[in-house]
Amino acid sequence: MKNNQKNRHVYWNPYFGGFLLGILILFTFYITGRGLGASGAMKSSVVTIVDTVAPTHAENNTYYSRFINEEKSPMNTWLVFEALGVLIGAFLSGGLTGRIGWRTQHSPKITPKRRLAFALGGGILFGLGAQIARGCTSGAALSGMAVLSTGGFITMLAIFGSAFAFAYFFRKNWI
Amino acid sequence: MGPLIPNGVIPAEWDSIIAILIGIVFGFVLESSGFSSSRKLAGVFYGYDFAVLKVFFTAALVSLIGMYYMDYLGYVDINQMYVHPTYLWGAIIGGVIMGLGFVTGGFCPGTSLCAVAIGKIDAIVYVVGIMIGVFIFSELFVLFQPLYEGSFLGNITLEDSLGVNPYWFVFIFTIIAIVSFVISDMIRKRNKKIFY
Repeated sequence: MKNNQKNRHVYWNPYFGGFLLGILILFTFYITGRGLGASGAMKSSVVTIVDTVAPTHAENNTYYSRFINEEKSPMNTWLVFEALGVLIGAFLSGGLTGRIGWRTQHSPKITPKRRLAFALGGGILFGLGAQIARGCTSGAALSGMAVLSTGGFITMLAIFGSAFAFAYFFRKNWI
Repeated sequence: MGPLIPNGVIPAEWDSIIAILIGIVFGFVLESSGFSSSRKLAGVFYGYDFAVLKVFFTAALVSLIGMYYMDYLGYVDINQMYVHPTYLWGAIIGGVIMGLGFVTGGFCPGTSLCAVAIGKIDAIVYVVGIMIGVFIFSELFVLFQPLYEGSFLGNITLEDSLGVNPYWFVFIFTIIAIVSFVISDMIRKRNKKIFY
């Protein structure tokens, strides 16, 4: 085996990572009574941006107006602080193992441009889907499953089922 | 007795600080497990890396088993926990769209944040995409509203909808997870190794 035929990065054993993540979810529920989340912070950011750029438009929109409060900024929510923590934590982990650097990761078969175009499209779809399902893989699926939420299990099955179903069409991007 | 903040054991002022601390651990664990790499994440859909399946199911099981143990021992009241509400069609259609986004974009929101933190440009573009997606949803909210608010079944659990005993369900779910771990290892050994 050639030297470059090795994965550059050594990650944790997945069962160890999963165990710690499970303990963290448990701890989060124990302290706050709710689970983790990730897409919520991005929704708050969008609401804040729209509210700053076009305040009247944001107030007239049925969806934005739900998250706009006279007293506090939409950024002053639990999920936004948690997302800031995620950035710090990932930066620490990446920094300790030397994984930090500007790069675009893609399969050798595709160009970086194609990768970025698909990343943008995938992001748009995920953002849209996460609003429709009221949560993403963290908030709906993972945290929902911890308390046996029916919706959490359905969302988890739908995400992975559809990703497996569509995987064939995008295989060139990954393998 | 837990949950601590809603029950006033920890003052609510600590909420945001605890949020940041929990986030730090969340980000650290995800990044260390390799979830800042889109090609590692996508591996689960092509059978060359099953980290997503293993981490995800292990985490779900540990939290689920732990939750019922803590409820049994009286540390928490499981009925006080926030149960993600079930909007049947919203959960299905939203999930299908997210799955398509996952396999095209290679991240989910939490993992993309981790990748942003270590400088992945594709992840930055992905997060911009998520925000555009949220924007589209909000601007066209009138269109999505029937789906978003329809088929509401309440904050139900599988105990309500399947009528199963939660302890048995957790036990069976554990067996399913272990079997899937074994099968995933067999599949990975058969497949060509992918390096990234």
